[in-house]
Amino acid sequence: MPVEVKMPQLGESTYEGTIGKWLKQPGEPVERFEPLVEIITDKVNVEMPAPFGGTLTEILVVEGTTVNVGTPIAMMETASGAAATAAEVPSEKGQAAAAPTAGARAGGPPTPVASGPARQTADGEGERARLSPVVRRLAEEHGLALDEVAGLQGSGTGGRVTKDDVLKYLEQRKGVSARPAAMATVPPRAPAPPGTVVPAPSRPTPAPAAAPAGEGDELVKLTPLRRSIAQRMAQSKREIPHAYGVIEADITTLIRWREAHKEQWRAREGVNITLTAFFIKAAAEAIKVFPMANSVWTEDGILMRKAINIGVGIALDEGLIVAVVKHADQKSLVGVAKDLDGLGRRARDGKLTLDDVQRGTFTITNPGVFGSIWSMPIIVPGQAAILATDAAVKRPVVRGEGIAVRDIMHLGLSFDHRIFDGAVAVQFLNRMKAKLEGFPGGDAALTDF
Amino acid sequence: MPELRYIDAINQAHHEEFARDERVVVLGEDVGRKGGVFGATTGLLDKYGEGRVIDSPLAESSIAGVAIGMAANGLLPIAEFQFADFIHPAFNQIVSEAARMRYRSNNAFGCPVVFRTPYGGAHGTALYHSQSIEAFYAHVPGIKVVVPSTPADAKGLLKAAVRDPDPVMFLEHKRMYRIVKGDVPEGDHVVPIGPAVVRREGTDVSVFAYGWMLYEALGVAEQLAPDGISVEVVDVRTLVPLDKGTILKSVAKTSRALVIYEDNRFCGYGAEIAALIAEEAFYDLDAPVRRLAGPDVPGIPFSKPLEEWFFIDRAKIASAIRALAGL
Repeated sequence: MPVEVKMPQLGESTYEGTIGKWLKQPGEPVERFEPLVEIITDKVNVEMPAPFGGTLTEILVVEGTTVNVGTPIAMMETASGAAATAAEVPSEKGQAAAAPTAGARAGGPPTPVASGPARQTADGEGERARLSPVVRRLAEEHGLALDEVAGLQGSGTGGRVTKDDVLKYLEQRKGVSARPAAMATVPPRAPAPPGTVVPAPSRPTPAPAAAPAGEGDELVKLTPLRRSIAQRMAQSKREIPHAYGVIEADITTLIRWREAHKEQWRAREGVNITLTAFFIKAAAEAIKVFPMANSVWTEDGILMRKAINIGVGIALDEGLIVAVVKHADQKSLVGVAKDLDGLGRRARDGKLTLDDVQRGTFTITNPGVFGSIWSMPIIVPGQAAILATDAAVKRPVVRGEGIAVRDIMHLGLSFDHRIFDGAVAVQFLNRMKAKLEGFPGGDAALTDF
Repeated sequence: MPELRYIDAINQAHHEEFARDERVVVLGEDVGRKGGVFGATTGLLDKYGEGRVIDSPLAESSIAGVAIGMAANGLLPIAEFQFADFIHPAFNQIVSEAARMRYRSNNAFGCPVVFRTPYGGAHGTALYHSQSIEAFYAHVPGIKVVVPSTPADAKGLLKAAVRDPDPVMFLEHKRMYRIVKGDVPEGDHVVPIGPAVVRREGTDVSVFAYGWMLYEALGVAEQLAPDGISVEVVDVRTLVPLDKGTILKSVAKTSRALVIYEDNRFCGYGAEIAALIAEEAFYDLDAPVRRLAGPDVPGIPFSKPLEEWFFIDRAKIASAIRALAGL
């Protein structure tokens, strides 16, 4: 029987995907789970496994075209009807692997699977409108689309559609003959589980009264990555009241120590121990003391993250991507450096996996490498704060009664002012500063940091 | 049909079974001269003598063990435990010996003992006189568990239990003894162990309960009727074997299920009913199956306000039904 292959949901914040390359051509047999098509998303490129075995009969979306998640991209012919149920496999698999969502961890509602209408229950518990089993069964028995049923005015708790509602609707529909869609309305979007990053309600709308193009102007098409950055940054600035704190840190000792030992470390560990690794360790330690920095605002309360997963901005030609060092607090400095090395290499080779870019709980951006001395970054949606590490610059500073030349850098924290206040932010920064400045240097070992 | 109190119906069943079959004996603490702490065995000693009505020592393990031995030698003993709270020392005898007798002997022997005991909380009964123990025994294959909710069932099910060839745990909610009254058929009224019964027909929500909770649920169903909430109340009455058909049929009709039990919520007997509905009636459900049960604390508190907090009263039942009905 013919079945549709749909664009899968490949990450918690992806809502569209671009067909990179078809790995099978119409007429070719395909085994279940065999790579079928290469898909480029906002963040990563993946090979999508065939959701079922059979024959690829038709390609519906050509290479280079971007379509929304859920859009049919190909038709397959399968041997048995059993495959029809397997049609949902790719998206489920994708979600399961890609998005162990914040909701699940917080005991919140699971990631929406079907876009049912969102409603609040009377007791304020954020309950996504579900279609109960009996409602689904009735819909199937009477050939009603689930969207159509979900759009009904529900009379149950929190506005849910009940069995009675469906039966009444069927009765009414019989009355007004064949206009099934008359009562159905477009369901509003489901709310995000707390902490998950979802796209804005719609694609970024074109700027009102967009500047008319003048002669010689050129419109650069948005890449999926650019579009994703734009959407997420706009969402963050729109929703999160940003506040900022900046302090100076004297990292002269740290820099000297690193310079003195870095070749030896590289020889021994096989990777470069970068300053970023030190910053990550210092941040992870500060988070332990000020866990608010590792949380996310939800309407039900502040969701404190247990895991400390620190995202690090990696600049690519196409734009910035954030890769995540998981459980940074549990890793040694060398462990963090090795993670960073691997993430950096995979990012440059376009080989980041979904897991590499997800589940961040705090982010560090390092504009210092480009020479910035004072930055105010935008918080990644779904997090509480982002740290900017700026360039260390040699400056004359007062030490005791004299003036010394020291390597001074700024540590800047953008934070969600709904979650905590400036006092916490600056204490957080001071904790990092103490860690970075307090290092003895000399012949200390890496494990001493 | 005469109206009897729950306790009188139980007493009547004893007398009738004693008269019907001379193999029937009763043993337990104070069952003879006192006629039982609640009066269930009143009058038996005078009529049938010490040979059949035995005041036992304060040793529950021995009450159960002696009863099992009697059954193995051809008698039909009714072993009374003064309070279900005190049955725990007999757990080993009941579980390891009585419940397994038929299985262990490859069907050669049964163990026709009735283990009778008052369970559940009443006002001021506190930790040592109010436990619900049904889940412990319902978990064990080989023993039937019966909880009658009306005087007629108390009589009819007790008679069926005495005649059953295998062990039966017969649980009487002590609060019902002198409060609950009802018509009880005269003569040899036997209610088979197994079938549940729909006590009240309804269309919006099915409530599954037994014992005192059933009685309270019926009261609430009556109260809610004027508000347009139609509650179906199913008296489970036999916990093992469970009448799945009646339960599933009711859920198919109402699509909403509330299970009520007085025992602690966690791993309580009602969880089994909830699981059954989730597994076998999923496509009939219009709302998640709900449980209303006692809080997970070690016992019913003696303090009055805390006791009220513990008990499942009509207000709690009404609010659970309203929430489920979405009304």
